[in-house]
Amino acid sequence: MKPRDDRAWLLVLPVFAVVLFSAVLPLMTVVNYSVQDSFGNNQFFWNGMGWFRELLDPTSELGGRFLAALGRNLVFSAVILAIEVPLGILVALCMPRGGWQLAVTMVVMALPLLVPWNVVGTIWQVFARADIGLFGAAVNGLGIDYNYAGNATAAWFTVIVMDVWHWTSLVALLCYAGLRAIPDAYYQAARIDGAGRWAVFRNIELPKLKRVLVIGVLLRFIDSFMIYTEPFVVTGGGPGNSTTFLSIDLVKLALGQFDLGKAAAMSLVYNLMTLLVCWVFFTAMTQLDAAREPTP
Amino acid sequence: MNARRAILLTYLLALSLPIYWLVNMSFKTNTEITAGVSLWPHAPTLANYVRIFTDPSWYSGYINSLTYVVINTALSLACALPAAYAFSRYRFLGDKHLFFWLLSNRMAPPAVFALPFFNLYSAVGLFDTPWAIALAHCLFNVPLAVWILEGFMSAVPREIDETAQIDGYSFPRFFGRIFLPLIANGIGVAAFFCFMFSWVELLLARTLTTVNAKPIAAIMTRTISAAGMDWGLLAAAGVLTLLPGALVIWFVRNHIAKGFALGRV
Repeated sequence: MKPRDDRAWLLVLPVFAVVLFSAVLPLMTVVNYSVQDSFGNNQFFWNGMGWFRELLDPTSELGGRFLAALGRNLVFSAVILAIEVPLGILVALCMPRGGWQLAVTMVVMALPLLVPWNVVGTIWQVFARADIGLFGAAVNGLGIDYNYAGNATAAWFTVIVMDVWHWTSLVALLCYAGLRAIPDAYYQAARIDGAGRWAVFRNIELPKLKRVLVIGVLLRFIDSFMIYTEPFVVTGGGPGNSTTFLSIDLVKLALGQFDLGKAAAMSLVYNLMTLLVCWVFFTAMTQLDAAREPTP
Repeated sequence: MNARRAILLTYLLALSLPIYWLVNMSFKTNTEITAGVSLWPHAPTLANYVRIFTDPSWYSGYINSLTYVVINTALSLACALPAAYAFSRYRFLGDKHLFFWLLSNRMAPPAVFALPFFNLYSAVGLFDTPWAIALAHCLFNVPLAVWILEGFMSAVPREIDETAQIDGYSFPRFFGRIFLPLIANGIGVAAFFCFMFSWVELLLARTLTTVNAKPIAAIMTRTISAAGMDWGLLAAAGVLTLLPGALVIWFVRNHIAKGFALGRV
């Protein structure tokens, strides 16, 4: 058990100060804007909960727009999770156990994770074009009419393939770390019992992956829930509004239209949603940690 | 066994192809690019790279990006080190809440902060300087560094702290001389991830700059001109942004999962 010492606060103070400046102060500005309306010229007046009421009312212009973006974002997150998690587990199971093959595999897998997000967008913007991109040319060559700039389905397909390309390795690397932590004795016991491949996966590997999967799923959910740069570079949120996710819509509202009150209200509701997911994540993780530690 | 290898190879190939395509394009002329799909450059040229390295409006973008990334990494590590030590060694008033609060900042959407950061850094006179971006990126990098370092520090047995204390080491001397060398690996991993996450972010970096401190990522959008898209130049600029990651990836390959999972694996 760690000793209790409140003087440890002195060591935490610098971090506390930085976070106060870079997170709390800006959020206070947002709260301030969210309850005011402006006629421009820096003249503000009290608007109370007006913006929030409008935001949460789906029949209003703002509310409808918010709900649509939220819906698109949730569908996007659900789809990429449904692809990336099983695919990541599969890849992790196929990874070599050691040697130079493992080193090379890990380096190649990590590459997409280290590409700047706008360059991820650029790569796919080029790669998926029918005239100059290999992927776009190949899909069109199969006789499918594929143009992500003009067709909403194609735009969605591109954005999803891009995210799978970008982030599946993260899930795979996490799962691989989880698989490595399983003692060989478990596998030997399974072999003696004559368990098949599926039984080994279902009864030994999957339960042991629970912890890393909790981390993987929530990181992927959160990061896809606040995705901005990659789809923005490829589709600009279009065609129309078809790939306008929450962050893209918020930036449009805040920095494009400079609609401060509406943007601030939307920011707070958006932030609150991520905070809620984050809390669920933290609780699940601490509970799994507690279950793993031997009771004294 | 063979099925496993086939799946893995297919996956790795699918990962490399888009990157290969970018590299491939960066060595082509625009005439060759727009003429149609060719699997390798038939008339390889370095012209795109030469233009980037000779035009200050291009290469200054890399300098700007590197400047704020380095400042941010130093800043994040400097304040995260003592904090991570506190979290790994002591219980104190509100420690769990603070830890959660830090995590929640890593998870907050940057889009929420774009506008208030714009106002904040304009008000304090840091707008369009590398410091504005370096400080803004602390939002997610400080929590990340604290989490990663805490994981590495907790792996060091507490007896070492106690022995040093008995041997008469003062806390700063113990921390600098004994403890930091013990977690050198962890510091390297944390530094790498701070560097990476600051390097890949664009939204905040673009919002907080106009001319002087413009990052390379924002300059890349300039390749669209009246004469159409300069694809070769765009590809070359993109390839150069991959280099920092590609250069150090070998050294951190075993810690990649740990870094992305906030040190929780």
